[in-house]
Amino acid sequence: MTESVTLIDDLAVDGPSAPPRSNGELIFDFPWESRAFGMAVALAEDGAFTHADFQQALIAAIAEWDALGLPVANYRYYECWLSALEHLVHERTSTQIADIDERAENFLARPAGHDHDHDHDHDHHGHHH
Amino acid sequence: VTAHPHPHDRPAASVRAEALEALLTEKGLVKTTVIDGLISRYVNDVGPMNGAKIVAKAWTDGEFRERLLADGSAGVSEFGFSGPQGEHIVVVENTATTHNVVVCTLCSCYPWPLLGLPPTWYKDPAYRSRIVREPRVVLGEMGLALDPSINITVWDSSAENRYFVLPERPAGTEHLSEEDLAALVTREAMVGVAHVGAPA
Repeated sequence: MTESVTLIDDLAVDGPSAPPRSNGELIFDFPWESRAFGMAVALAEDGAFTHADFQQALIAAIAEWDALGLPVANYRYYECWLSALEHLVHERTSTQIADIDERAENFLARPAGHDHDHDHDHDHHGHHH
Repeated sequence: VTAHPHPHDRPAASVRAEALEALLTEKGLVKTTVIDGLISRYVNDVGPMNGAKIVAKAWTDGEFRERLLADGSAGVSEFGFSGPQGEHIVVVENTATTHNVVVCTLCSCYPWPLLGLPPTWYKDPAYRSRIVREPRVVLGEMGLALDPSINITVWDSSAENRYFVLPERPAGTEHLSEEDLAALVTREAMVGVAHVGAPA
């Protein structure tokens, strides 16, 4: 579709010609994970950073998590993904990490009943076999 | 209070993701509609079907199989598929004596254009570390019991090479068309954690 450097290269998709397949796998456990995914792909497609940049940042974020020595059950891939994204956004735009946290705190202070999902603590990990 | 930043000192990832999207949108760096479209594209349009078509072709066309095994990137490019920027696709073939399984021990390198988004377990630290140390045990836990006589080779994907398993064609499929064969091939089989089952 484009020849730009993309996080995930452009794909030749020839449409849903085959019958639906039952992979039965949740791709994203929570909506915010798909937003974090989409933001990274969009920024990479716009050239804000390269695929290699993101991959390095992601490897670093995962290594950082590994170094914390937390129980493996606590691991959330997309939290590392988000950390990598925040790091690159901070590095490549005028956005400060503190700005992100401040905005998040503001969102958390919203009155109850606001349409927001606080389900990130549930554990949906495990092999689907 | 420790001097070192700890992830739990920051707001939850779910809220930070929302905050980040709001900030990036305000700065004009991303558009919500573009993100919606990208998510939809990857969730709905890209599954393991591209890889399955390649496997079915390799099963039915010996010359294609040879080309694919000699140069995976060139082989898949015959279908118009390509690997992520600057990366090679390496196809490894399962036989009666050798079983191949793919992991990315550092993060989650995966042949996206062929298999869609990686499954949750592929990104799990347990899979990433244990499949290297004790592949036979992990595969058994995932439902693939291999005879002790079968050698297992574990391929660690990286920024340079993305591995893709060409599974064995199941017995009793000689009469099937390429399209019907493709429908049998699962993502798990192309990562090497399952066999392709015979048609029901």
